[in-house]
Amino acid sequence: MKIAVCIKQVPDSEARLRIAGDGKWIEEDDVQFVINESDEYALEEGLTLAEKTGGEVVVFSLGPDRVREALRKALALGAARAVHLNDESFAGGDSLATGKALATAIGKEEFDLVLTGSQSDDAGYGSTGSVLAGHLAWPHAWLVMGVEMDEDFRGAKVTREMEAGMNEIFHLAMPAVLEVQAGINKPRYASLKGIMQAKRKEIAPMSPSDLGLSAEEVGEGGSGLEMLSVALPESGEVAQIIEGEPVEAARILVEKLQKEARIL
Amino acid sequence: MSNTVWVIVQQREGKLHKMSFEAVRAGQLIASMIGGTAEAVVLGSQIDEAAQQLVGFDLGAVRTIDSEKLADYTPGAYIGALSAAVSQANPGYLVFPHTYQTADYAPRLAQSLGGALVPEVTGVEQDDAGLVWRRPVMSGKLEARVRTRGDGPVIVSVQSASFPADEVATGQAAVESLSVDAVDLVSDRQILGVEEAAEGEVDLAQCEYIVAVGRGVGDADKIGPLQDLAAALGAELGASRPVIDNGWLPRERQIGSSGQTVSPKLYLAVGISGAIQHLVGMKGSQVIVAINKDRGAPIFNVAQYGIVGDLHEVVPALAAAVREAKGD
Repeated sequence: MKIAVCIKQVPDSEARLRIAGDGKWIEEDDVQFVINESDEYALEEGLTLAEKTGGEVVVFSLGPDRVREALRKALALGAARAVHLNDESFAGGDSLATGKALATAIGKEEFDLVLTGSQSDDAGYGSTGSVLAGHLAWPHAWLVMGVEMDEDFRGAKVTREMEAGMNEIFHLAMPAVLEVQAGINKPRYASLKGIMQAKRKEIAPMSPSDLGLSAEEVGEGGSGLEMLSVALPESGEVAQIIEGEPVEAARILVEKLQKEARIL
Repeated sequence: MSNTVWVIVQQREGKLHKMSFEAVRAGQLIASMIGGTAEAVVLGSQIDEAAQQLVGFDLGAVRTIDSEKLADYTPGAYIGALSAAVSQANPGYLVFPHTYQTADYAPRLAQSLGGALVPEVTGVEQDDAGLVWRRPVMSGKLEARVRTRGDGPVIVSVQSASFPADEVATGQAAVESLSVDAVDLVSDRQILGVEEAAEGEVDLAQCEYIVAVGRGVGDADKIGPLQDLAAALGAELGASRPVIDNGWLPRERQIGSSGQTVSPKLYLAVGISGAIQHLVGMKGSQVIVAINKDRGAPIFNVAQYGIVGDLHEVVPALAAAVREAKGD
């Protein structure tokens, strides 16, 4: 099977976040970027399926120059080549704009399956893959927790997460877009050999004009959302923070749980 | 685009998903801001009973789209039904409860209608230029304020516990059926069934004390001291999603939207940052205590008590303090 996997590079979950000067997003200069968590699982699912079926994975990502690092990592893990949607006009896109750009890039080749993560850990729209599927007019499923490909690759038994600890299972015709949920598999680590091979693999840059799209159709211009500001969330109650060294803090906490909260 | 607000409720076998009422509240609020009317829309097969649960609310109408082809949820049939209905009635806003079902198809509906999409809305306000939506970003560590653009309908999904269901305005609404052409309802999934995600049987909902482990614990072999703390408290171990996904604890211990919902006397969140998907599963706890090295972690917004520090130091100290207090 020829499989497209879409990944996004996002700030590390441990990163200390500082709001940028214009108040509209975080200061990107002082954070470390990694492959989005559910996208790592999507990539692993794609690599496993490609190995089983004698196919290959082409990895797609949209974002600035820093994204090459994420693509290089995907190549080291086993993707055959990468396509990098890299142009200033792609910036600031919502899921409608980004989904359209990715669908157009993917539509330039013939794929049997598209895999994405289910939600990004930064913007968190949780919808880029569904939008992409709409543009390709392929079936899709969000929060995929299992994929069993039919022998002829023309369909798959898909397990999708529901609420409250239940899964639903259905059969889906291929080609399709599957938006993978974290936990579906166990992502591999890159081998030294993989890292060396990745250096020779292609990362093809792509601009809006390469896709036949105008700058107004992508990024901020192609979005249905305009970002006004980001801030720390407002909250009604804020925790009473217990100060002190661990032993002292633990003692005070237990005392409060006994005498104030009366639950111990 | 009209100033009619459609609230697309979710039902199953005649029963409304509880977040449907929160979406109705959000729809009423939006309608009052834009000087419009909120209406409810129920999709499915044999949905009279579900529709009747909405007639006592302040709604312009309760519209039903009733077809055998909508008996099982599939995105193809649901998107087909709503696209056809929207093109007849032309609502300006479509408000969904943000559930695992609606989040599966609302984005694609937005794409096919050429509308704007605002997922996981936690608040709405109005300024001179129109409506401003609040939604979580950076896994809930920050909140964004966004505005929509374009001429198409605005598709909004509202996050759990953001619009209180008990504030829904009451009134009297008539049920009106919307007829859509059955050819528009094309299933794109062959439903095979449902199964439980976890095999085990740990019923955390019955526990009075829970020690919940988060990603911050770092590795499976570092869970020992948390087990010891749980033993000291007489608590069960729970976990947030990344811990389960990494295989550090089995899935039957997962707490959150895709795991169990708990409300113990004491919920001790250790190394859990507090993504919304986790918070919806535990914020009904009587007392929440958070231990986290990041003072900015959203878990501190729902906790009553917090210790900012290295959990590997705090947890053993806490276990010792609990034992001492209990006289063990």
